[in-house]
Amino acid sequence: MQLTERHHQYWRTNLKVTAVLMAIWFVVTFVVGFFARDLNFTFFGWPFSVWMGGQGALIIYCVIIWYYARFMNKLDIEHNVHEED
Amino acid sequence: MAGMFEHGAKTDKASTAAFKAQLNKVYAWYAGGFLAFVLVLAVAEQMGLPKSYIGFIFLLATVGLYAGIGIMSRTTDAAEYYVAGRRVPAFYNGMATGADWMSAASFIGMAGTVYLSGYGGLAFIMGWTGGYCLVALFLAPYMRKFGQFTIPDFLGARYEGNLPRFIGIIGAILCSFTYVVAQIYGVGLITTRLTGFAFEVGIFVGLGGILVCSFLGGMRAVTWTQVAQYIILIVAYMVPVVWLSVKQTGVPIPQAVYGYQLAKITEREKQLIADPKEVEVINIFKERAAAADAKLKDVPAAMAADKAAAEAKLAELTAANAPAVQVQAATKALAALPKTADEAKKAYTAAKTANASRALPLAGMPPHAQQFKGDPRGDAKARDVFDTDRRNFLALIFCLMVGTAALPHILMRYYTTPSVKEARDSVTWSLFFIFLLYFTAPALAVLVKYEVFNVLVGTPFDKLPAWIVNWAQVDPALLSVTDINKDGIFQLGEMRISGDIIVLATPEIGGLPYVVSGMVAAGGLAAALSTADGLLLTIANALSHDLYYKMIDPNAPTARRVTISKSLLVVVALAAAAVAAQKPADILFLVSAAFSFAAATFFPVLVLGIFWKRANRWGASLGMIAGLGTTFYYMATTQPWLRGVFGVTSPIADNIWWGISPISAGLFGVPVGIVVIIVVSLLTAPPKKETQELVEHVRYPDLKLGQA
Repeated sequence: MQLTERHHQYWRTNLKVTAVLMAIWFVVTFVVGFFARDLNFTFFGWPFSVWMGGQGALIIYCVIIWYYARFMNKLDIEHNVHEED
Repeated sequence: MAGMFEHGAKTDKASTAAFKAQLNKVYAWYAGGFLAFVLVLAVAEQMGLPKSYIGFIFLLATVGLYAGIGIMSRTTDAAEYYVAGRRVPAFYNGMATGADWMSAASFIGMAGTVYLSGYGGLAFIMGWTGGYCLVALFLAPYMRKFGQFTIPDFLGARYEGNLPRFIGIIGAILCSFTYVVAQIYGVGLITTRLTGFAFEVGIFVGLGGILVCSFLGGMRAVTWTQVAQYIILIVAYMVPVVWLSVKQTGVPIPQAVYGYQLAKITEREKQLIADPKEVEVINIFKERAAAADAKLKDVPAAMAADKAAAEAKLAELTAANAPAVQVQAATKALAALPKTADEAKKAYTAAKTANASRALPLAGMPPHAQQFKGDPRGDAKARDVFDTDRRNFLALIFCLMVGTAALPHILMRYYTTPSVKEARDSVTWSLFFIFLLYFTAPALAVLVKYEVFNVLVGTPFDKLPAWIVNWAQVDPALLSVTDINKDGIFQLGEMRISGDIIVLATPEIGGLPYVVSGMVAAGGLAAALSTADGLLLTIANALSHDLYYKMIDPNAPTARRVTISKSLLVVVALAAAAVAAQKPADILFLVSAAFSFAAATFFPVLVLGIFWKRANRWGASLGMIAGLGTTFYYMATTQPWLRGVFGVTSPIADNIWWGISPISAGLFGVPVGIVVIIVVSLLTAPPKKETQELVEHVRYPDLKLGQA
């Protein structure tokens, strides 16, 4: 099995986007969680970190997954590794 | 309707589109039918249909419906039985995963946890959703590309042999079984509540519904039933919350406005903490705890004093010719006194802890919007409490997230989509459907708390709403109210409420008709049944497909494999029901333990298997054992119930690492697993060339070699 340079490029881009999205995931979850007591300013009625824990983080998780699926489905086609239907 | 569940091997575009269109039509009619059914019942209730009938009708109608779908989807074809023919569209697989995922704990317990522990409870909300980011980015598309039937299948192929596969089987069964026991327990609770059957009978009625479905049609039946169950459970969850929101704020979108209610709760909490009547109740509990503590100092003397007091009371009543009931009660009280010093010591300790735990402001609940206990700017002790609480909060999120991404019954669902692309889209839909319920739960908790703080507190005891009395009758452990300071007015400190009834009681708290309570109970039942279905299937498949077919008899014909899987399903289900009927005390702990086990056993080995070609057989096998072993060791030495089981006697404080509670044991198991896999793999020979090519193969949806 011989992979082309194009294949390697596809995999490297995949790793890159995965790393960026995981970094966002980490900040939203653990960094905001760690500084929860300090991020206490009012945000539409909620203390900000409470809103993040109950709603904000969840919305961002949904967006992360949606963006990844969209990005990868496009990347598949660009690098000609998509499935034919 | 039967048409859509028929077996069809056609995969061309036109037939896929027709299949989707048919699904849309069937489920649109189904959702409409369900709403019409609820409306008819609501009208019937207004016309005088008794409550007990409504409960029965909901139970029979929904379980009958699930069974009907099961019968229509029956199959003996292996691809249909194990992976629903791999043609479940992303949208519907998302709904099915949502129902598969949301268990009795999510539906019934989660909002209650947030009600009781405020910000701390949000660990569950974040942990059980954020884990899907790991599923989407690290696992689902690659698992789908690999394209076998189970998770041990992947381990066996990627790590060359039956040893990793076998450890995988053990791990899958361990986490799925502990989890399924909790689901069946939930089924029993709800059936009892809906019908008034005994708990044990309730368990077996629910079990019937689970079995008809998964037994006849395997993954295919389970998938289409789970879609139906998702629709019921999400409607049932939303209706009462939206109602409460309209009632309190006039806005029908609770998720958008509960922040303002939270601000009001925070104000009210300050009043309640300072309220002299609440303080009075707390002082009474403090006195009781102190009295129990005094008894503990000299147990024999306290026993003698108790006995003398009880005898004196009996004598006095007899002498005064008191009514027979009072005399009987006094006789009973005398007979119930502890006989030995050990028993007495236990009883006094229990009384001391019970009273001390209630001698706290806000009935022991932290202020709802306060992040973590303690104070980072306070004295050394307050700082330490703050740090430990924050560390545990983050550790719990970590374990729940990684555990989510490693539970075999969830990963298995992504084998059922038609392509890698659909698997990715399907995770998006899964999280979206889960998100709908999860981002509503904190709103539910706040709205209920507002109702309790503002409407209930201060009500005279003889005017308390009927739901309090009703729930106290079901089980005093779920809800109890007593006029502690005898002022005839209800104080917050006088109620003890279990988190498990918050969601089930919300319709009554909001003053909705009983039919909505019936619907919410049916929703909880749907959540528990759908998860139990998925889990049972995982266990039966691990045994029949992985253990029997792959390891014992590779020549077994398809029909026999499916038959064996079906028989095992019944055996496992009965075993789980038997365990659940014992009402094991630490059921919540068991559920959380399943997450830590799954996280430590599967996550490192699956992710490294895809992202690191060098990971090999020995690394994987030892890594799984080390991860699971570390997690298990930490739990066994620090969790009171497990310590009892294994006879661990060394003080808990000696075994705790960085103050992490046993529920988050996976925090240690996961890194140990990763390190062991890496170190052992590097010390032993790399995997074969074919295996490394398999890794390349799963990384690309379609390699198209030779034409690129």
